[in-house]
Amino acid sequence: MMPSPAVHRQETPAYWKKGVQAGLPIAIGYMPVAFTFGLLAKAAELSLFETISMSIIVFAGASQYIALSMIVALSGAAELILTTFIMNIRHLLMSASLKERAEDDPKWLRAIYAFFITDETFSVAATSPEKKITGSYLLGLGLVAYSCWVIFSGVGYLMGSGLPQSLQDSMGIALYAMFIALLVPAAKKSKKVIALAASAAVLNSIFSLVPALKGGWGIILSTLIAAVTIEFFMRGDERDE
Amino acid sequence: MSDQLIWVIVGMGIVTYIPRMLPLVLFHTNHLHPRIQGILKNVPYAILGALIFPGVLTINPESYLYGGIGAAAAFIAAWLNLNVIVVVLSSIFVLYGYTFL
Repeated sequence: MMPSPAVHRQETPAYWKKGVQAGLPIAIGYMPVAFTFGLLAKAAELSLFETISMSIIVFAGASQYIALSMIVALSGAAELILTTFIMNIRHLLMSASLKERAEDDPKWLRAIYAFFITDETFSVAATSPEKKITGSYLLGLGLVAYSCWVIFSGVGYLMGSGLPQSLQDSMGIALYAMFIALLVPAAKKSKKVIALAASAAVLNSIFSLVPALKGGWGIILSTLIAAVTIEFFMRGDERDE
Repeated sequence: MSDQLIWVIVGMGIVTYIPRMLPLVLFHTNHLHPRIQGILKNVPYAILGALIFPGVLTINPESYLYGGIGAAAAFIAAWLNLNVIVVVLSSIFVLYGYTFL
């Protein structure tokens, strides 16, 4: 289907609806992750307001989990913000790639839906069968995923406070279990992922013995060294991705 | 940290939004050098490694074993392709059980 610009304009509600439908699987996938974030934010002694604010303002799962672990480790504000930035530089690639298909929309509209770019919304939008990704499609997609993220962060926080203290103590592992759960499936498929994670882990363990590098700066430094050197040694090692 | 945390959150929001927005709204050419693209793709996996170690071993300052057991439980659950929330919950319950031993 190749709609002319006029037809495209008429079909805006249909695109919005398609976006919402495409967003539903993401929303379902976000529920447990957002719920766990709320639970962990409670364990990290954030307030409900701070927890929900972070989900509303940042909307980036991995960064929000990292922020919690850095807050627990008493990292400073500059380390937290810099780590978040480094973590999210990868969105440059997704934004650039979406631009190829969304160029017809006005700048202000693109500025709005840029906020909703995550690994998941990008993957769904980029693989959608529509020839042109319209603003209303991306807004429908993004808003469904986003609302679910924000609401379930709050639900997780509130339900966390009802748990017994001994159970809350063993929840210190939850953040790390989450990272392991994100890493292992990728590592099973790729030697490069194993090399990246292992070298950054070893570097950060060494850096943690240096008082000045303890916490955030050690994480930044070991991440950058690993990402750059592994790229140098294992470039083109992966079949795809 | 607590009273300034909301400003840290705002700062996190700004630095998260900028990479999402710049190419889509402002950049005219979007040809990043392939080597740079490769490095950016590496970042999430490297950062996960650095986040897990050595932090996971020190969640109980008295015993490395405590964190090690929790990490092993999470690793096994993740290896079995269980859902993220199941991995998190099973490692919590393994450690919860361990405290009663």
